[in-house]
Amino acid sequence: MKGKGRAVCVGADIDTDLVIAGRYLRTKDRSTWVAHVFEDLDPSLAGRMNGAVIVAGKNFGCGSSREQAAIAIREAGVVAVVAPSFARIFFRNAINVGLPLIESDLTCREGTGVSFNLAEGWVEAGGKKSATRPLSPKMQEILASGGLVNYWRTHG
Amino acid sequence: MGTLSERILHGTAGEYVDRAVDRAYVHDGTGVLTLESWKSMGAKRIQDATHLHVLFDHIVPANNSTTATLQHELREFARSSFLHFSDIGGGICHQVMSEGVVLPGEVVVGADSHSCTLGAFGAFATGVGATDMAAIWMTGETWFRVPESIGIHLSGAFTGASEAKDLALTYVNRLGMDGATYRALEFTGEGTTAIPMDDRLTLCNLAVETGAKAGMFYADDITVQYLAQAGHTVQPQEPEPCRYIQSFDFDLMDIVPVIAVPPRVDTIKPVYDLAGLPLDQVFVGTCTNGRYADLARFARIVKGRKVAIRTIVVPASRAVLQEAIRTGVLDDIVEAGCTIGTPGCGPCLGAHMGVLGEGEVCLSTANRNFKNRMGVGGEIYLSSVATAAASALEGEISVPGGSR
Ligand code: SF4
Repeated sequence: MKGKGRAVCVGADIDTDLVIAGRYLRTKDRSTWVAHVFEDLDPSLAGRMNGAVIVAGKNFGCGSSREQAAIAIREAGVVAVVAPSFARIFFRNAINVGLPLIESDLTCREGTGVSFNLAEGWVEAGGKKSATRPLSPKMQEILASGGLVNYWRTHG
Repeated sequence: MGTLSERILHGTAGEYVDRAVDRAYVHDGTGVLTLESWKSMGAKRIQDATHLHVLFDHIVPANNSTTATLQHELREFARSSFLHFSDIGGGICHQVMSEGVVLPGEVVVGADSHSCTLGAFGAFATGVGATDMAAIWMTGETWFRVPESIGIHLSGAFTGASEAKDLALTYVNRLGMDGATYRALEFTGEGTTAIPMDDRLTLCNLAVETGAKAGMFYADDITVQYLAQAGHTVQPQEPEPCRYIQSFDFDLMDIVPVIAVPPRVDTIKPVYDLAGLPLDQVFVGTCTNGRYADLARFARIVKGRKVAIRTIVVPASRAVLQEAIRTGVLDDIVEAGCTIGTPGCGPCLGAHMGVLGEGEVCLSTANRNFKNRMGVGGEIYLSSVATAAASALEGEISVPGGSR
């Protein structure tokens, strides 16, 4: 899997309450989550998600198991999230909803182009290429199917 | 020879394994999305429901018609598909599963991050998201990366007003919010023999606040006795020599009452340093500290006195509530001026029944103090039950006394 987008920088330890607040969870309407994504971190972020590669600090997605966090980010048009480390439930959720995650230490410059190739294991920003930690074969397969729902539609 | 995780998952740290799940559960929040994903996968009916549970706890009773409609659909599905179902008032999913359902050596998966609570029984218990759970409904199994383990070695016994929650916040502080990401915590050492089941559940509950996949105690005589009361005969687990990627030692004698300062669980201060900070609300409950032992501890301190500010007490389950009624603990709490909520999560997730207003400050016995979690513009300090009780009486953060 490969892709590219514009860097949007966020900090370290971004918890899932900051990605999508608990008060927006009681619905199945995905546009609600998209409209309020990152609201408690920075309300202007929601408008800049389409075509973005989020570049975060360590431990992105810590906190609750709410899959709406991963869904909100993907449905808002985010191409991928890059961080030195992710919280493990968020990691599984993101792969399961077809949102590529890239484990890499990248210095973020707002608005610069970021491109990546997961099969080849690299991410590039501002002319500098870094190695990424590889995903397990099963995770790559789920991601390539567009998420776990599609994976089981074809394998089930 | 291996860690408890390696023994239960039948693999070596770092290895990916596919494993059948002994217990899988969802609540009213994650269950709705699980059902949706399950349907989207093309599944038509549940093949084997014997190990599947649905427990309503997050917004109970429903706060508005949108929630009610979502809950109605899930309730109907759970009933018609013969999943074990615990309706409103039954209690918090982790608590209900701890009341004689989960057994040592089991692989347990919950669609909630605090599923790690159940590691207190010597089970491998971890949280997943809704779509992972949907696949488990379909296949009965899931994949795991067998985690490396961190040893948390305990010695001594608590003194004064310190309790398991103070140790929990202290170890989260020591390890940091991501100190154990992808890893499991194993609580070992002679100090564990002084820690009853209720407190082990509290200690395992906060494992996820260090990023850990699981927090575990080896089943011992305390576990065996606790489960015997629920009608189960189980064997203790003998620790074997194994490799920990990191080890930490805690002498329980050194643990002092602490508070986690918003908005991070891993930033703590001794209660003493914060004494006098004015509060608007005290909340006692949740999957961290809403068990009978917690309510009894709270009642012992407030009995015969009056709380100075609004204080919400929510029993973690119906069984907890019943025990508190039976022993008179509930009466002491009500008499002291506290408000009682329906067994469940209560205001912990900021959805209802105790949401904070702009600029309000709450002292809570829960496990998370993230920004806006209990209401936009509200701040959450986290403490033990004893600290919450002492503070409720004064209306400001107060150092708990020596009574335990
Ligand atoms: S009590 Fe709070 S932390 Fe525990 S399951 Fe409920 S919402 Fe989550």
